[in-house]
Amino acid sequence: MNIKLSTFTPNRLKALLVVLAASSGLSSVYANADEVNFEGERVEWVVPFKEGGGSDTWARFFGPRFSQHLNGKPVVVVKNIPGGGSTKGANRFERRAKPNGLNVFSTSASTQIPYLLGDSRVKYNVKRWNVIMATPTGAVVYVRPELGIKSAAELTKLQGQKLKFGSQRAASMDLVGLLAFDMLDLDIHAIFGMKGRGSARLSFERGEVDIDFQTTSAYLKKVQPLVDEGKAIPLMSFGVLNKDGVIVRDPTFPDLPHVGEVYEMIHGEKPTGVEYNVWKTFFIAGFAAQKGLFLPQGTPDDVIESWRSAAQRVIDQDNFKEESELVLGEYPQLIHEDAVNTLSSALTISETDKEWVRQYLNDNYNTRF
Amino acid sequence: MLDAFLIALQTILTPTHLMYLCGGVFLGLLIGIFPGLGGIAGLSLLLPFLYGMDPISALAMLIGLVAVIPTSDTFTSVLMGIPGSSGSQATVLDGFPLSKKGQAARALSAAFASSLFGGLFGAIILTLFVLIARPVILAFGSAELFMLTLLGLSMVGVLAGNSLVKGLSACGLGLCLGSLGGAPATGEYRMVFDNGYLMDGIPLVVVGLGIFALPEIIDLLRQNRSISEASELGSGWFEGVKDVVKNKWLATRCAAIGCVVGALPGLGGSVVDWISYGHAVQTSKDTENFGKGDIRGVIAPESSNNAKEGGGLIPTLLFGIPGSGSMAVFLGGMVLIGLEPGPAMITTDLDVTYTIVWSLALANVIGAGACLLISKWVAKVTTIPYTLMAPFMVMVIFFAAFQATRDLGDLVALIGIGILGVLMKRFGWPRPAFLIGFVLASGMETYLYQAIQFDGIEFLLKPGVIIIGVLTALSIFFAARHSIKAAKKEKANKNTANAEVKPTNLKPQIAFSAFVSLVFAYGLYDSFQRSFLGGVFPAVVCSFMLILSLVVLIKLLLNKVDDAVNYDNEVSAGYENDSSVTGLWHYVFWLCGLLVGCFLVGYVISIGLFFITFLLIKARISIVRTLTLTTCALAFLLTLAHFMVLDLPTGYLQEVASFTAL
Repeated sequence: MNIKLSTFTPNRLKALLVVLAASSGLSSVYANADEVNFEGERVEWVVPFKEGGGSDTWARFFGPRFSQHLNGKPVVVVKNIPGGGSTKGANRFERRAKPNGLNVFSTSASTQIPYLLGDSRVKYNVKRWNVIMATPTGAVVYVRPELGIKSAAELTKLQGQKLKFGSQRAASMDLVGLLAFDMLDLDIHAIFGMKGRGSARLSFERGEVDIDFQTTSAYLKKVQPLVDEGKAIPLMSFGVLNKDGVIVRDPTFPDLPHVGEVYEMIHGEKPTGVEYNVWKTFFIAGFAAQKGLFLPQGTPDDVIESWRSAAQRVIDQDNFKEESELVLGEYPQLIHEDAVNTLSSALTISETDKEWVRQYLNDNYNTRF
Repeated sequence: MLDAFLIALQTILTPTHLMYLCGGVFLGLLIGIFPGLGGIAGLSLLLPFLYGMDPISALAMLIGLVAVIPTSDTFTSVLMGIPGSSGSQATVLDGFPLSKKGQAARALSAAFASSLFGGLFGAIILTLFVLIARPVILAFGSAELFMLTLLGLSMVGVLAGNSLVKGLSACGLGLCLGSLGGAPATGEYRMVFDNGYLMDGIPLVVVGLGIFALPEIIDLLRQNRSISEASELGSGWFEGVKDVVKNKWLATRCAAIGCVVGALPGLGGSVVDWISYGHAVQTSKDTENFGKGDIRGVIAPESSNNAKEGGGLIPTLLFGIPGSGSMAVFLGGMVLIGLEPGPAMITTDLDVTYTIVWSLALANVIGAGACLLISKWVAKVTTIPYTLMAPFMVMVIFFAAFQATRDLGDLVALIGIGILGVLMKRFGWPRPAFLIGFVLASGMETYLYQAIQFDGIEFLLKPGVIIIGVLTALSIFFAARHSIKAAKKEKANKNTANAEVKPTNLKPQIAFSAFVSLVFAYGLYDSFQRSFLGGVFPAVVCSFMLILSLVVLIKLLLNKVDDAVNYDNEVSAGYENDSSVTGLWHYVFWLCGLLVGCFLVGYVISIGLFFITFLLIKARISIVRTLTLTTCALAFLLTLAHFMVLDLPTGYLQEVASFTAL
């Protein structure tokens, strides 16, 4: 072993790191003098998922940009702590993170949804963390053309017909889809054990499932071509949250009604009641604030402000929009108050609503808590 | 297609592209030689460089890195019996015994020559296959994938060793362990004892290390010798290459298998090497040397695992669905560079696809070629006295296992499975069968459940299902023929009166097989606590396996000394009466001590103490040398961990320290 190890000297690594550090700080807009100086420090950005997935890519996209725009240009490193559908990394962050601005954490729908459901594995309180930035997304529901409907207006024709839907687990962001289908009186036969939304889409292409939804960027790149070929019919979007906290049509899909509109088409009245409330909360946690960047509880205000200003500079940078489209989709990033407000509505659920959704999952999908 | 191909060729042969490709390859080799790191850690190192690079060069570097992961893994698999990733587990079976025979150089050069060949041949197939891949992948639905897991499972037949019942029970143990954790249909947690670590299931890398590497380390330490039995290493370098030429058709078939099976998302990656290994055994006339150091057992998995990476590109590029961990990383890198996978990759962007495919092939040639050239010298590592090597290997294995999920539970699982491995090795329960069961368990259950939900039981009538079913039947037929032949040979040997010594004290074996039966009984009990969909798969597996394992137990209880189930390595290898061989449990205790140390004072301190005590007591070298070696090892480890942003296991001490620091 020692023979082999000698080929792998620390010097080479060191050389690499020097280049790495140099490459991360080329040019930037200058930070204010009163911002906390992170010069010579190393920021650890914890991602509670495996390398290579959506959240990892998100963090690795932003990491170098924050490195450039934080005062003092600290090195930002991404550290993956996967497990327990992101609850493991979150628990560890809650327990160990130091409130010094050098420990940040990125959440996703899978961190927020178990928190809302009161999953027994959750030992963290996202609400007490300090949000720096949130990335919203939308989603589109589409069906196979074989079902014979052309738009959401004809959805009533499908009532009483079993529609197959592929999902990873009920207690995940797929819950948003399942609840929406339920509100629209669709008879869904959910098949679980998919490796993710991508696998469900593959099943759709194989003709194994009838109905599916994808987040906006996946929809635009992977489903739109199917729509153009006539192999998929888009029905509705989940909508977007406007500044007043109301769900409106998704500007990316102006021709598609959102779930609330479709509800009105079917039931003849605006959606109200517990189920819609629950749906809205989970929609915000799963989509309107799908990914978030956090500093731990107890971080001093000046540190939080430094991070928030850096986030502002990251977003204001020239050509950020073009560069970010592929990774983040088309929606504007939420920072400052927008992020705080959206996250607050994403993470607040009343006891009755919580009881209701737990019961719903238990009755319909055998989910135990 | 032709002009796309020519454009791609032009891109590949530009000096900058070649330079970045080589850069990626050598970075990949340096990192990949360390088990458990591979391409994923490489990516973290590489990513900061990707910014500001033009996409084509960045892509070249990324490909270089991904391409050589299954290549550099081979060193530790062959030389030390440490499988660094799922792709090299089958290589261990024959590669490591060859090293023990003093033929490490031959095994390595055969492995690298096959990798090189497999990578190139795979690229040729891919060039054409990519054009028709979309309908092929879409034709493989849940039903077909389920059948493919059955085909994989049928390989147990040829890997079962002397006794088929034991082989099947070992496979059942693997299935049982593999179905631990969340049920695919309902998400219910099975057999987890409310333990957070178990809920995610045990990672494959940890199982591979525990079941193969630890028992071998312990065995070699007990015998107190170097890995290589032969005092002089034949150069063997040229011989290895000749072996591949001699078995060129085997290598060709395995490369084709690797390429096509590797392209199926959701399953491919982890079974490919076992399918090709099984294929090698089934199609060979003389099979008695497999598992004991047959060069074909190295050629088959190695020629398929590099082709597999190429195959894995297909679903990644066409559908954006990565087939393996390294492909997930590749996909992430692609998105960051600004390349979007999708159907366009075989129409307007076909030249990009060809650039990727052929860069991958070229990276394989460079990587495997470089390894081939140095293998002669690296093979010398097998002549070092094992007591000097062991602490380094233990350090590496613990480190690699911990990288699986970065939880102390990884280390506990490693030792637990290691002990199981030691016992299975001793009592002749085939470990490859166990691993196949483990690898296939979750896919088998998920796809069976989904197939029935999608199509009902009629899924059995789909044409793809029938074709794979026929292949499976053929595979079982070959396996049966193989075992009948083996039985005949055994009989012939017995008649010539040099049969191996059979143990007469069956008590230890009885205890172990009673334990196995109890595991199945518990699995059965546990599955009845779940809902129907959550428990039906383990219930069926466990009840069938319970019967088989009881057959073994009863045979042993009836004292059937001559039956094939009776095997005890302690007797057969003559350890029992050899006073120079240390007791079976001695080194298990050493490892447990290290584990407890990790919990108390963390990995760094305890591995340091382990080095010092082990080198002083076991290797009996001077204090100066002990301290030098320990310092080198720790310095290396800490530097690596710092620059690659890796956590090392921390224990009670660090927890207390961080609290007082606050």
